Amino acid sequence: MVGSVEPETPGPVALSVRDLQVALPAGMDRLHAVDDVSFDLPRGKILCIIGESGSGKSVSANAIMGLLPRALRIVSGRIVLNGEDITDLGPDRLRALRGRVVSMIFQDPLSALNPLMTVGEQIEEVMAAHDVGSPRSRAEKALSLLDEVGLPDPEVMFHQYPFRLSGGQRQRVMIAMALALEPAILIADEPTTALDVTTQAQILALIREIQQRKGMSVMFITHDFGVVAEIADEVVVMEKGRIVERGLADKVLHAPDHPYTKQLIAAVPKLRSGDRDSNEAATGGAQLLQVEGLMKTYRSARGLFQPPRIVTAVNDISFELAPGRTLGVVGESGSGKSSLGRVLIKLLDNDGGRILFEGRDIAGLSEREFKPLRTKIQMIFQDPFASLNPRATIGYSLTVGPVAHGMEQDEARRQAMALLEHVGLDPGAYDRYPHEFSGGQRQRVGIARALMFKPKLLIADEAVSALDVSIQAQILQLLEEIQRETGVAMIFITHDLRVASQICDEIAVMQKGRVVEYGAPSQIFMSPRSDYTRELVAAIPGRDAGPDAKTTTEPQAGMNR
Amino acid sequence: MLRFLLNRITQIIVLLVIVSVIGFFILNLIPGGPLAQYALDPGMTQADIERLKEQLGLNRPLYVQYLDWAWRLVQGDWGQSFRDGTSVLSVIGRHLFATLLLMGSSTVIAVAVGSWVGIRGATHRYSTFDHVATIAAMVALSIPTFWFGLVGIYIFSLQLGWLPAGNMYTVGDESVGDYLLHLIMPSVVLALVHIAIWSRYMRTATLDVINQDFVKTARAKGVSERRILMKHVVGNALLPMITLAGMQLPSLLTGALVTETVFTWPGMGRLFLDSISYGDYPVVMGLLMFSAILVIFGNLIADIAVAIVDPRIRLS
Repeated sequence: MVGSVEPETPGPVALSVRDLQVALPAGMDRLHAVDDVSFDLPRGKILCIIGESGSGKSVSANAIMGLLPRALRIVSGRIVLNGEDITDLGPDRLRALRGRVVSMIFQDPLSALNPLMTVGEQIEEVMAAHDVGSPRSRAEKALSLLDEVGLPDPEVMFHQYPFRLSGGQRQRVMIAMALALEPAILIADEPTTALDVTTQAQILALIREIQQRKGMSVMFITHDFGVVAEIADEVVVMEKGRIVERGLADKVLHAPDHPYTKQLIAAVPKLRSGDRDSNEAATGGAQLLQVEGLMKTYRSARGLFQPPRIVTAVNDISFELAPGRTLGVVGESGSGKSSLGRVLIKLLDNDGGRILFEGRDIAGLSEREFKPLRTKIQMIFQDPFASLNPRATIGYSLTVGPVAHGMEQDEARRQAMALLEHVGLDPGAYDRYPHEFSGGQRQRVGIARALMFKPKLLIADEAVSALDVSIQAQILQLLEEIQRETGVAMIFITHDLRVASQICDEIAVMQKGRVVEYGAPSQIFMSPRSDYTRELVAAIPGRDAGPDAKTTTEPQAGMNR
Repeated sequence: MLRFLLNRITQIIVLLVIVSVIGFFILNLIPGGPLAQYALDPGMTQADIERLKEQLGLNRPLYVQYLDWAWRLVQGDWGQSFRDGTSVLSVIGRHLFATLLLMGSSTVIAVAVGSWVGIRGATHRYSTFDHVATIAAMVALSIPTFWFGLVGIYIFSLQLGWLPAGNMYTVGDESVGDYLLHLIMPSVVLALVHIAIWSRYMRTATLDVINQDFVKTARAKGVSERRILMKHVVGNALLPMITLAGMQLPSLLTGALVTETVFTWPGMGRLFLDSISYGDYPVVMGLLMFSAILVIFGNLIADIAVAIVDPRIRLS
């Protein structure tokens, strides 16, 4: 059974999908997850499938792998993999192809590896599953693969458990696993989305380098046109289960035909070279917030007889913020940017330094003393799905806080309706439940909730990170408008430098709890002073992309450490 | 590891002191006491009872009695039964075998059947099997054990005559086959409840794992469904079950009061009941300390087992 799969002469097309139609379960917002989709993956090329959430791009990939969830089924169409029609293959035949002819890597490397098996065992498992080699030769192959994907100390790495590895290292392990049997085709489903920007650049370079060296065909799924600009030879754009545009990467990126593609490209946040127009609402003189030498350390108690482990998340941070201005806090995961936000809103206690809000030090205030001030500092959270109580109406979520702080119920209701309209929602949303809204709509609710208190300071922690780019652009616009109208000061915490450059007056770059660079966006992005900032800026995917700039599609040598 | 153990041992000692103090003083709040049975005995005069009290040390202040008892315990002397003067440890030892036999066999049944039902319920979620298993578990949990015991005795002993109605062996026979025959009904009845509990937990634990990304990764690697289930799914699903097993371990040795009573099984559960009604304080205290130690060690063993199985805990 195994071995009869590869044709004598592999054709010019590695993977061909024809008229694929996958049905959604009844009661969804549309009939088909994927409708009438046809595309070819040319041999030895990288094909990017790009689309927003719900566009059907992942469903297409899972259909090819035979990994569709039970609720979804292929209605019609053909999938030809390496010359073999696999549409009607039984589960055993499909299993024999997976991992051998076609491999797949996934979005979240943190959960994609079995926590109870060593890295080496998991790589060996691919070969064992297809009865390739002896235990000894598998171990040797696994070691050479670990070396090939650029992991340090393969011998040590082989015996490590996944939890010891960083996200980037785990994604390298996933790639090593995918390459174990030298498959003709690699499907990568958003493999860099969950990674920090510098790690993303390294993984993209690695995939590009391996693809070229082995002549592999790669189907790369992404939502990020920046990534497309870095890696794609050809592009397919999907919207709501259908293909709306296809072509060579250069062509699609620089001269898109379809309005949806144009809209998507326009929505991609770009690094702005200039600074923000100074805000009219900004009142000169008095600072709203002055932070001096702020410290936050975490102690994890390890037992009666052990010294606690101490991690300094916020280390001696000072800045000032005037009304109507926005400070961007950027950094990679673990840089302490979220801890900073939480300390400022007093969700966490600080361990030193002062937080002067309207001239008064709030750092040492007790919960009761702080309560009247709490309304003036509000937060917008990252995950619009998790931050609203699913069992409470939108209206309840909006009014419960103000009523608790003494507002009349009728007045709260009136204001909530007005705010819903203001953030671009129908006031009828007041009586509805969160599950009836999309991610972008929920984030609008989250903003309305924060505004109910007429705050002086808004802290937005990755407020647009979970949203599709077109929605992202709308939410950023909304925040901008609100700031101009109300003169609220904002602290905008994000890992995305492009987004920060759009909306911020000043930017603080954080690394390991410290601010390594502070200044206007033009200075930070155009002439960064610290090495770390330079590295961050260089890693932004597709920073040269755009309708009027050149793309770089060559693999970046030296990035592959 | 050494520090971990030191921490745990400190916790254990503090816990044992608290349990023993509370147990000792509550026991002495029970009206009557060990000598109450002699009060109506025409052959015993008040002076006799006083002399007996003196002999047993029961006339001393309560805290002196406790400290004396505790000091002996630390030295390894668990005291003597008021009933027949044999040492408490040997009384416990005598009943321990019966309980181990019953609980051991019922646990084996419960874990094997419960795991299978739970895993299958998770992999075939919302199937007929899953629905039937869910309802059966609810029924088994709602109906008291003694009812199952009595129904079992009625059907299999009285009507069909296949199985003995009680006791651990037939006097005069005592062969392995005889023990097994006596064991079947009590262990199955006892297992019913545990199957219900274990299968529900196992189902939830399996469902938690079955949709994890690494299961999809294994599928994408071309690993067989059988290996995915056994190695990737069940391996990870068993982690939370170890803690549950640790919590059930004490009941394994302290016995099942109701079942042992229904089937007149000479185990620890019945010993406890008898000793309380007899006012046999040394044995009751002995059993209390014994089960407290088991609870603690059950948890300790579970923690160590989880650490052995889970590298995230073992290595950090």
